[in-house]
Amino acid sequence: MRKIDLSEVTNIVKESVIKINYELDNSLVALIQKAKANETKEISKSILSDILENQDIAREGHIPLCQDTGIVVVFLEVGTSVLIEGDIYEAINEGVRLGYDQGYLRKSVVKHPFLRENTKDNSPAIIHTKLVSGDKIKLHIASKGGGSENMSTVVMLTPTDSIEGVKKLVLDTIFNAGGKPCPPIIVGIGIGGNFEKSAILAKEALLRDLDDSSNDNIIKQLEDELYTEINKLGVGPMGVGGETTCLAVKINYFPMHIASLPVAINIQCHSARHIEVIL
Amino acid sequence: MIKLNTPISNNDIKLLKAGEKVLLSGVIYTARDQAHLRLINEKELPFKMKGSVIYYVGPTPKRDGFSIGSSGPTSSYRMDKLAVPLMERGLKLMIGKGDRSEEFRKEMIKNNSCYLIATGGIGALLSSKIISSEIILYEDLGAEAVYKLEVKDFPCFVAYDIYGNNIFKDK
Repeated sequence: MRKIDLSEVTNIVKESVIKINYELDNSLVALIQKAKANETKEISKSILSDILENQDIAREGHIPLCQDTGIVVVFLEVGTSVLIEGDIYEAINEGVRLGYDQGYLRKSVVKHPFLRENTKDNSPAIIHTKLVSGDKIKLHIASKGGGSENMSTVVMLTPTDSIEGVKKLVLDTIFNAGGKPCPPIIVGIGIGGNFEKSAILAKEALLRDLDDSSNDNIIKQLEDELYTEINKLGVGPMGVGGETTCLAVKINYFPMHIASLPVAINIQCHSARHIEVIL
Repeated sequence: MIKLNTPISNNDIKLLKAGEKVLLSGVIYTARDQAHLRLINEKELPFKMKGSVIYYVGPTPKRDGFSIGSSGPTSSYRMDKLAVPLMERGLKLMIGKGDRSEEFRKEMIKNNSCYLIATGGIGALLSSKIISSEIILYEDLGAEAVYKLEVKDFPCFVAYDIYGNNIFKDK
């Protein structure tokens, strides 16, 4: 057994939430630069220019990329040869508290659906845990904004709706969301499992590397087709029209009941802030 | 491109056409969901609603030496119904992001107001156009408090104008 010091977990969460809110990932910046070169409409091009200038100002000027510094989502993988003495969830939440305080990040979490009182420290994080073999722990940490999350959906399609049904649902959802989720977006899609599993698959899909594709041929083809068709919708940067509505489409799937075809669509704004760390 | 200074007159509103870039200067106020819920019930306000501008934003905390934290727009549709009584009291410009309801657009035209959008997710850049900020109402709401902001050449686009044009529909 390898013992993990929980103060290390707290520290890595603290540093990660600060880093991701100030520094946009280079592979994402490269995709936005490519999209800008591809835009013909002046207003759409100028919006993409501003997005690129913003990430320079954020990185160099020590100011968060976006005022919505999100609610923290953590995918936690724990090796079964790891010994944890204490409460790892509390260690993660302490990292969130310290990071959002010391990083001058906005506290955007309220306690109760109707009373809406702010927790004042951005805790608690939403934590999904998996047990895996090995003696490491892996944390994939994201700051997820509310605007794009509000445009996400879960629908229980039926098996005979098939690929065409999934495509129609995705295209309708993105067209109807328009400029609200801050396009150009990244689209995470979860297909299968059941009601709640599909939503988790969609969120996990959003955290994949931007340049990868599904290792299933049918799913990969669907990712490629949706990428092309979403960009033909003409929603464009911030909904004002143009060539770039999405930067990537990622689909994860899981076996499901014979009666079901659950589909979850999780939308990520252009300011995709997440990082993977291993302890 | 058109340069505007606050307060906003009816004549200013006539000049605005959907799709056009606007650089806004002067004093504006912030309000999001919870602040709207309270504002619509206030008999007296610490600022003049007539000719005013409301920016839908909840900034990040301010560091020492900065005028404000990161300050980009939030989605406007959540304020659609709540904006109507404020337009009836003279609110002239709203700045946010994304499309809004048809009901809102009709009320906006009726009240001779205008809806502008700023680019979402560029709060660091937009904060550099804000010269000063101070909380003037509802400090208990934290980031959702009402701030008085002084802006200089704050970049927006006209989304809906009084002539019925809509930046999201007329692409």
